[in-house]
Amino acid sequence: MENYDLVIVGGGPAGLAAAISARKDGVQSILVLERDDRLGGILNQCIHNGFGLHTFNEELTGPEYAGRFISQLLDEKIEYRLNTMVMDISHDRVVTAMNSHDGLFQIQAKAVVLAMGCRERSRGALNIPGYRPAGIYTAGCAQRLVNMEGEMPGKKVVILGSGDIGLIMARRMTLEGAKVEVVAELMPYSGGLKRNIVQCLDDFGIPLKLSHTVVNIEGKKRVEAVTIAEVGPDRKPIPGTEERYECDTLLLSCGLLPENELSKECGVELSRVTNGPVVNDALETNVPGVFACGNVLHVHDLVDFVSMEAKNAGHYAAAFIQNGEQSELTIDVICDGKVRYTVPQMIRPEAMEDTLTVRFRVANVYKNASVVVKAGGRELIRRKKQIMAPGEMEQVVLKKADLASADKVEIGIEEA
Amino acid sequence: MYDVVIIGAGATGSATARELSRFKGKFLVLEAEADVCSGTTKANSAIVHAGYDAVPGSKKAKYNVDGSEMMEALSKELDFPYSRIGSLVVCRKDQDRSELERLLEQGKKNGVRDLRIIERDEIVEMEPNIADDIECALYAPTAAIVCPFGMNIAFAENAADNGVEFAFNSRVTSIEKVGDHFSIKTDTDTYETRAVVNAAGVYADVLHNMVSEKKLHITARKGEYELFDKSAGNHVRHTIFQLPSKLGKGILVSPTVHGNLLVGPTATDIDDKEGTNTTADGLSQVEKMSALSVKNIPYRSVITSFAGLRAHEDGGDFIIGECDDCKGFFDAAGIESPGLSSAPAIGKDLGQMVAAWLGLDENPLFNGTRKGILDPKKLSFEERNELIKKNPAYGQIICRCESVTAGEIIDAITRTLGAKTLDGIKRRTRAGMGRCQAGFCTPRQMDLLEKYAHLTPEGVTKSGGDSVLVYGKTK
Repeated sequence: MENYDLVIVGGGPAGLAAAISARKDGVQSILVLERDDRLGGILNQCIHNGFGLHTFNEELTGPEYAGRFISQLLDEKIEYRLNTMVMDISHDRVVTAMNSHDGLFQIQAKAVVLAMGCRERSRGALNIPGYRPAGIYTAGCAQRLVNMEGEMPGKKVVILGSGDIGLIMARRMTLEGAKVEVVAELMPYSGGLKRNIVQCLDDFGIPLKLSHTVVNIEGKKRVEAVTIAEVGPDRKPIPGTEERYECDTLLLSCGLLPENELSKECGVELSRVTNGPVVNDALETNVPGVFACGNVLHVHDLVDFVSMEAKNAGHYAAAFIQNGEQSELTIDVICDGKVRYTVPQMIRPEAMEDTLTVRFRVANVYKNASVVVKAGGRELIRRKKQIMAPGEMEQVVLKKADLASADKVEIGIEEA
Repeated sequence: MYDVVIIGAGATGSATARELSRFKGKFLVLEAEADVCSGTTKANSAIVHAGYDAVPGSKKAKYNVDGSEMMEALSKELDFPYSRIGSLVVCRKDQDRSELERLLEQGKKNGVRDLRIIERDEIVEMEPNIADDIECALYAPTAAIVCPFGMNIAFAENAADNGVEFAFNSRVTSIEKVGDHFSIKTDTDTYETRAVVNAAGVYADVLHNMVSEKKLHITARKGEYELFDKSAGNHVRHTIFQLPSKLGKGILVSPTVHGNLLVGPTATDIDDKEGTNTTADGLSQVEKMSALSVKNIPYRSVITSFAGLRAHEDGGDFIIGECDDCKGFFDAAGIESPGLSSAPAIGKDLGQMVAAWLGLDENPLFNGTRKGILDPKKLSFEERNELIKKNPAYGQIICRCESVTAGEIIDAITRTLGAKTLDGIKRRTRAGMGRCQAGFCTPRQMDLLEKYAHLTPEGVTKSGGDSVLVYGKTK
């Protein structure tokens, strides 16, 4: 069995930032395990720009953004292994992994950072009726085919779901000469960023049909047509509203699911809302020494926020390695339902830093509503926002001084 | 001139081919699709029925019980996944329990072993998630689950290894009796043969009617299913059937041999023999009806849904044997449930029947054992490392969800009757059959198909024919 102080599962943006941050905090023995044949994760297939505005004050492409972190990692001489799949993480942090070069091997780690990212919801999970021909791709799979393999997965395309990858792929497929007929979105609002709707759909005249879903897929060998229909408030299709689109491809951008199969086996408690681990302000899970960050923790809109979060995870993992397990008082962050979830879900009022950024998503579109945070019987924050939507992550900053005597923190939305 | 041409490379056709390969002769299997196991066999309940369902004296009863008894030994000989987990037919408080007793008696008459009726306490002990108003059940310990792909592929591979030829993408367009032999035409070729085995699933009537005045009529009966993530695989431990009622045979809930949960099927007669599409109504019926026997089924863990077609003949029984008015033409028609359970017994019977009719000698070179694709997950830590050292491809995971390595996929592509499509790889190795449904591994599987099946990217398909994955290079 090998020994490392810190094992990081995943060499995408979260794993890279966590590794660099832990090294800066003095951890010498770090190993990053990456399942793909290069570092950078999904950023490698995101060749559009718009990355790094918050981190570097400039607009980078995905590979450029990843490149900045990869060079830091190389400069710091942090060890990594590619084409390496982690098969198991035990409760006492024995990591079992495999690759062609080292075979099956085990590492005892003092701390582990989970940074496995997420996967896309598949056609099967959406349970769309119809045939099962070729030509049904998740948006990310199509993105990999186009941007990394240089292959065209379709010529005439319907997209279900207005998640960011779907919107980006609408533009990408159009630029590559495909005809994108329509983007259908089940919800009455888009799941993607406003800027992507403008730049990827509006600018190319691609219609976005809100409150619509796919009700049938035709074609026994390859997709031949897709039928979409309007849905009512119950999200069930309304008979008589069907429209049939002849096409050869259906792309799905219907949500991302944190990949926590390893976390579950390790005994990490998961949130039913985020599908990611429940963590405290140190991004530590219920399993001591196991930390989580990035899309495996909760799905982010912007990679900049992933990097910031992962930096913290690396920092706290370093502290755990240096100081060992501490027993600390924790209090819960309670959401009112209009706020669907927060990360972290728990705070250590005594051990926390002076300020803490709590990120959250709302359950619906709220206009001219206020974010209200209460603790210890006091209202700490009341901030009015013109618009809040599930597709855009929100945040509040809490002060340690305000939580001294609190037994919980409550966060909610008050509508005017 | 062939001795026998078998039409259809499903479970029945492949089992018959394997049985025939025990004899000296020239045998050919013609399959309309690009791979074996592409019709009825690929989409069903994956159950080995105990055999109490069928009417005593019927062919269904005979072949089911015989097939069920053969299956365990066969699964070892031919190396396919099989597990004898037992089944329950459950009866609600408001249903007639005498119907259970009737099934028990029928099962005994059919020769099914160890059947008994159990009461609620014992059922709850066996199945904590059983619905609240289930009162009693018929317990059949000999019932089992099997991998239909695994079984079908094993039969076909073993037949091929013993000299049977296979021709794919070969849909039969006509059969004519010419003197003492048959002339079979496909779109591209003509084959001459002394005998024909018709194992064409939902098309068996069409083929039979080409040579016989005693017409058959097969209706495609659609069954829709939902398949769940392995996290739901322990929701039940036995196959749970509902008591047949006016509403039909009901929806079953069962674990699969690979640890998923399977729920279905519906039963809808359709006109289209290719109508394997799921429907909103069908899927909602699956969800509604399954709750009658099992509670709290975690529908948010569904990873895919699918539909299969059963070949229902008007007479309601299997039609096995030589056609009355066309000597040398042998039918395996109307093979609906319990067809999968019966396939080994039908294959054996039919193979021997045809061999006897032709007066074929035994094949002294016949080897009845076949080794499946090595599953490294079954090896110990040390054995697995040895394997990777010998062949590094076994250290490279391609499908994360099912932990399938490049080594297994390369084996699937390069072995006898190897996979030529994504579906072919999936059915042989489970790559792409997990929770992400090939979202991540499609491009990687394409690479392996290009390299080891010698295809261009535009030549890689999901299931043969026009099911291409990409249309050419980007700009």
